[in-house]
Amino acid sequence: MSASNGQSVQAMIEASKNKKGKVLLEKTMPKLLLLTALISVLTTFGIVFTLIFETYEFFTRIPFMEFITGTQWLPFAGDAKYGILPLILGTLKITAIAVVVAVPLGLAAAIYLSEYASDSARRIIKPVLEVLAGIPTIVYGFFALTFVTPVLQMVMPDVKIFNALSPGIVVGIMILPMITSLSEDAMTSVPKSIREGALGLGATKFEVAIRVVLPAALSGIVASIVLAISRAIGETMIVSLAGGSTPTFDANITGSIQTMTAYIVQVSTGDAGYGTTIYYSIYAVGFTLFVFTLIMNLLAQYISKRFREEY
Amino acid sequence: MVQLATNEVKKGKILEVNGAPALGPKKNVFDTVGLDLWYGEHHALKNINLGIQENEVTAIIGPSGCGKSTYLKTLNRMVELVPIVRTSGVINYRDRNILDRNYTVEELRTKVGMVFQKPNPFPKSIYDNIAYGPRIHGIKNKQILDEIVEKSLRGAAIWDEVKDRLHENAYGLSGGQQQRICIARCLAIEPDVILMDEPTSALDPISTLKVEELVQELKDNYSIIIVTHNMQQAARISDKTAFFLNGEVVEFDETNKIFSTPSDKRTEDYISGRFG
Amino acid sequence: MRYIEEESVMRNMGKRLTKNKLWKYLFMLAVGIALASLVVLLFRIITQGTEYLTWDFLTSFASRFPEQAGVKAALIGSLWLMLVVAPVSMTLGIGTAIYLEEYAKKNKLNDFIRMNISNLAGVPSIVFGLLGLTIFVRMLDLGKSVLAAGLTMSLLILPVIIVASQEAIRAVPNEQREASFGMGATKWQTIVRVVLPAAIPGILTGSILALSRAIGETAPLVVIGIPVILQFLPDGLLSSFTVLPMQIFDWAKRPQEEFMFVASAGIIVLMVLLIIMNSIAIFIRNKFQKRY
Repeated sequence: MSASNGQSVQAMIEASKNKKGKVLLEKTMPKLLLLTALISVLTTFGIVFTLIFETYEFFTRIPFMEFITGTQWLPFAGDAKYGILPLILGTLKITAIAVVVAVPLGLAAAIYLSEYASDSARRIIKPVLEVLAGIPTIVYGFFALTFVTPVLQMVMPDVKIFNALSPGIVVGIMILPMITSLSEDAMTSVPKSIREGALGLGATKFEVAIRVVLPAALSGIVASIVLAISRAIGETMIVSLAGGSTPTFDANITGSIQTMTAYIVQVSTGDAGYGTTIYYSIYAVGFTLFVFTLIMNLLAQYISKRFREEY
Repeated sequence: MVQLATNEVKKGKILEVNGAPALGPKKNVFDTVGLDLWYGEHHALKNINLGIQENEVTAIIGPSGCGKSTYLKTLNRMVELVPIVRTSGVINYRDRNILDRNYTVEELRTKVGMVFQKPNPFPKSIYDNIAYGPRIHGIKNKQILDEIVEKSLRGAAIWDEVKDRLHENAYGLSGGQQQRICIARCLAIEPDVILMDEPTSALDPISTLKVEELVQELKDNYSIIIVTHNMQQAARISDKTAFFLNGEVVEFDETNKIFSTPSDKRTEDYISGRFG
Repeated sequence: MRYIEEESVMRNMGKRLTKNKLWKYLFMLAVGIALASLVVLLFRIITQGTEYLTWDFLTSFASRFPEQAGVKAALIGSLWLMLVVAPVSMTLGIGTAIYLEEYAKKNKLNDFIRMNISNLAGVPSIVFGLLGLTIFVRMLDLGKSVLAAGLTMSLLILPVIIVASQEAIRAVPNEQREASFGMGATKWQTIVRVVLPAAIPGILTGSILALSRAIGETAPLVVIGIPVILQFLPDGLLSSFTVLPMQIFDWAKRPQEEFMFVASAGIIVLMVLLIIMNSIAIFIRNKFQKRY
């Protein structure tokens, strides 16, 4: 005996048609999903408004000009000074050291992976570099404080316990995988035919890499470096643990410094009460940090869009 | 009644336009009247008038880019998946205009099934592939589904090859088997019409032969419209053939006539291999 | 007269080939340095931490005395954090990805949403902490709770989950959708029955990697003001709590040398947790890799 009793499939479909739920689902799901997508927009608005409101409160107490031109950051002193330049300089020192470490190493590694490495070598090296990218920053910070700094002190006796050099180097190690992997992507997307053209003229691999592949992939490489710089600017835990908390305004990299992020951490772990000028100052510093990284991110997007190579 | 009468008149017109004789007592499944279609600025179909009869195999041939696939996809409104498409004109399916905004596409596609150029089974078991259609349309009874699966697989002449591995992934099958699974999947909801978009272009000659034989068997119960690149295929399996060129129907007639004594010079050039 | 003298070409050749070799080794050296730093880092932490890594360490609360300190509260706290972050970030992230890939038409609003997501991904994590402090801790008055921290972290990793899910959904071939529509399936049926089953391994892999980022993240929680020395376990979403990275941060700042070893032991626990999560992600990726 047949279960369908000889009824045709179309008849059964007809019978189970017009379920209210199905129609309702079709109509409401896109709207619900749009709502979830709008959360990310809301987050951005939340960040921007939070920063603007609290920073505005800060500027009712501290003149804007003093904030952006002052060379002394002494919020805990009796005669408090809020000139952000020392914090910016601290951040730039870390970023510069990180770039000096990460760009040559990262690019060289990228060239090796895209131009020289065998498939099997690439299959091993790339995941290992991914591991490097996945290590929590607190671990890097601990490594900087307890290993890199003592090693530096052995080589250069005038390096202090807290300094710019050690966290700078470690931030460099942290952003290295990012530069390598994004640059390698840019280089491997240069078509093989272009390489073959140069090799066919008798160029060596090195000449092909430097004169053909690198220029062709330049926009992707530059974008990766800009993104890595943005990451270095926003890096917090490494500099909090190993950089110190002395906002200085000089060129010294062996002594204690303070970055924008480290200042926010210092206040957050201290006991500055809600509503004090110090409390609002972390938003002003956070806003400055946000502007810096936003500019970097927009720049990276602009570079990779504007100068995209068409093959 | 009045509705029907006007349609009869329209049908007469169509046949007149194409110069084809009135063909037998069979009813038309699709009546296309004055169909135009644009992809953005590109005028892809120009004033198409075609009457397609039930329980026949209608082949649509023509060079690449002539609009034959576009026309086929208009018949189940799959063409709308491209967002920039605009249409005007009328396509009556069983006397209702499917281009009408109120016509639900899901309902249309339940009646008008489709087999695609590349075999596209879901990465699920063979059983789940076939049961997909009935399930989405609300048939949940396990026994009924079992029956439908067997019947559909038999209908697509692939039951014997897969009956012992119904719960294996359909991707384990060969390309030709996959395409017949796709035909079976289409048969599972017992559609009225089956649209086939170059169903053998990705298959080897032996699999192609099997699909062609299958098409012949299916036409007793289904109306089949098949787009093909392969003129021999159209000649072998179809009852009527429409020749498309640059978005227009050049000629629509009995397949025998198209391939022996075409009335248009361009048709003759195409089938004798002078272009395309 | 020829423009290129064979002799000078041949003379140059040797130099060029040496240069080629030399640079190859320099490039290899760069890779070597990167890998070596990873090895040194892991070696240091393992040798420093294993001594303190005992069963007691896992089952004791934090303490002023290094030999009595443990990670119980922090480990359980990290898992509590995941209890909030995983459902919230995945619901929002996958929902957004489905919207953008399957429904979003090309218009100003959707372009803005896309641009916004890529910019959000570049906002430093500490800034998310400021957001969480103002909105969740103070305005919504959730306090320094599991919920406040979890929502903050969810927003932080949201862009990562969105992008990974978008890629997974985009990798489902259009022929699959067409096959489903061709059967008369509705859009939502197609998404639920065809697109998502095929995309879910990629989505899960990306999500787990994002979650492992949240588990190792410290900065936003420092800003929110998550405490470190806790003698109890959280008993609900509004309970106060601590997490592994916060605990490690606290130990690492202490002057006594013994706490360095405690911190290392804590790092090992954190890293093992991360390795477990990553292994699951890799397992899913390899197990369900789809072929079309």
